Amino acid sequence: MERVLVGLKRVVDYNVRVRIRSDGSGVETDGVKMSINPFDEIALEEALRMKERGEANEVVVVSIGGSECQQQLRTGLAMGADRAILVETAESVNPLTGARIFLELIKREAAELVLLGKQAIDDDNNQTGQMLAALWGRPQATFASRIELNGSTAKVTREVDVGLETIEVDLPAVITTDLRLNEPRYVKLPDIMKAKKKPLDQIPVADLAVESAASITAVTFEPPEQRQKGIIVKDVAELVAALKDKGLV
Amino acid sequence: MSKILVIAEHDGSSLNLSTAKCIACATKLADAKIDVAVFAEDGTDIANEAAQLDSVSKVLLVDSPSNRYPLAAIIAPQLVAMADGYSHLLGPSTTFGKDLMPRVAALLGVNQISDVMTVLGTHKFKRPIYAGNAILTVEAPDDRPVVATVRTASFSAVGSGNSAIVEQVSLDADIPDHTRFVELQAGQSDRPDLQTATKVVSGGRALGSSENFDIIFKLADALGAGVGASRAAVDAGYVANEMQVGQTGKIIAPDLYIAIGISGAIQHLTGIKDAGTIVAINKDEDAPIFEVADLGIVGDLFQIVPELEKAIGS
Ligand SMILES: Cc1cc2nc3c(=O)[nH]c(=O)nc-3n(C[C@H](O)[C@H](O)[C@H](O)COP(=O)(O)OP(=O)(O)OC[C@H]3O[C@@H](n4cnc5c(N)ncnc54)[C@H](O)[C@@H]3O)c2cc1C
Repeated sequence: MERVLVGLKRVVDYNVRVRIRSDGSGVETDGVKMSINPFDEIALEEALRMKERGEANEVVVVSIGGSECQQQLRTGLAMGADRAILVETAESVNPLTGARIFLELIKREAAELVLLGKQAIDDDNNQTGQMLAALWGRPQATFASRIELNGSTAKVTREVDVGLETIEVDLPAVITTDLRLNEPRYVKLPDIMKAKKKPLDQIPVADLAVESAASITAVTFEPPEQRQKGIIVKDVAELVAALKDKGLV
Repeated sequence: MSKILVIAEHDGSSLNLSTAKCIACATKLADAKIDVAVFAEDGTDIANEAAQLDSVSKVLLVDSPSNRYPLAAIIAPQLVAMADGYSHLLGPSTTFGKDLMPRVAALLGVNQISDVMTVLGTHKFKRPIYAGNAILTVEAPDDRPVVATVRTASFSAVGSGNSAIVEQVSLDADIPDHTRFVELQAGQSDRPDLQTATKVVSGGRALGSSENFDIIFKLADALGAGVGASRAAVDAGYVANEMQVGQTGKIIAPDLYIAIGISGAIQHLTGIKDAGTIVAINKDEDAPIFEVADLGIVGDLFQIVPELEKAIGS
């Protein structure tokens, strides 16, 4: 196929212990390490492997957000993507609007496959891929742990609650990635240098003339209820006694 | 009045418990009238089972060979054809619901509320974000349908002493043929189902191999417990993917959870926040799992676990 689009969302790094701003208006992101959403990194790795196997000619990474997202796009280019597109907006973008933006890019780029992470680890919404497939009127294969391209179709194994489900979809399609699909490569220093020369297009969101979907309003953020730290018992006998006390054994 | 349509989840022969939990969530909405949609092939038994669930007014059965497998691309247009007149469409936050509901939401032109954990009003809910490290109160616009998935661990299933009517429905929807089921490899286990077990024993990276993981199974059997695992244990191939507990695995709420050789990464902890009692066995006294454990024991699991199994068995 000619072109694969991969979404890269800039999110708080998964190792950061997030803190809620004291006024409940959001999560503290000042001075916090930001990274590519881990599921998206897996999506990109998969696209790069498709290219390396000769199944795709071009891998284009896309991010929607402020100019700071260039950082994640440059990382994507250093991993091996051919080009990057930043759809610039200062506003936070809800999943349905995000899907509409991607649909517009699919048309512009004539993409045959879109690979997205199954969820972003900030909002944990798990919606955009499914929504994009719906708007596009094309198949979705979510939570993929294995992808096999066979010309005009793809066979995708999905991680579902009861085990592994395999489906076959016609291309074009949207595939969203689960953690066990692959292990993303590390970026090497020379690749970072090379990535600086690769094209990164900035498109103001207004240029795409996409209608914004009504948002679900965020009212307040609060920390979760904390569990109390319990006690350390000295041996198995004491543990069993404590469990018996609670009626658990 | 809230007119709610709950999408039933089933395995082709019986209902998944997530359906009764979604209905429990629906009952928290003021003045709720709750219908259940069943998409199945030969689904009469499933529909009858749904009709017994408390608080259900009506079960709508869409019985068709194309509904043999739970494929989102095939069910979504049917659900949309059925959505007229409903104020809320609810599905479970299981892989089935997570796959299906956003597709439906997009076709209806709305954003979805994912993982509802608390109902504050007909359009106001709480949901976890950042792997459960923050709780967000959200409000949906009230001039269009609410599409939501329900975090099943937050709700106790409704009972089943009801006898609602079952209505066969035929729909005018375009069913695509671009998505085809190939196969399902389901884990075979006689043990209690991880998602509904009252006790769960989980093993982590420290087990070191699938052979070693046996001691986890033995302890679980002595307790009559289901078995789970950390992502590291699944990635390393000790056990199957459906056993993963956490942000990207299963969110569970057993009365007893025993974490063995699991460090307690935030992505793991998010899956067990609602457990009754958490027990941790770890050789590192500074492991984060001890921050949330009600009972902890510091030491070598290969010594402690067999001892514990014996003590429980006797
Ligand atoms: C996007 C994302 C999603 C994720 N989703 C999940 C998820 O859903 N579920 C999940 O579990 N993880 C998830 N993870 C991974 C998570 O961050 C951790 O890497 C993982 O949980 C670690 O597994 P573990 O505790 O088994 O291994 P480790 O962190 O390596 O811990 C092993 C523990 O065993 C102890 N130990 C070692 N030997 C012994 C012994 N002989 N006796 C007793 N104790 C011993 C050690 O002290 C240590 O605490 C996710 C990560 C990312 C980035």
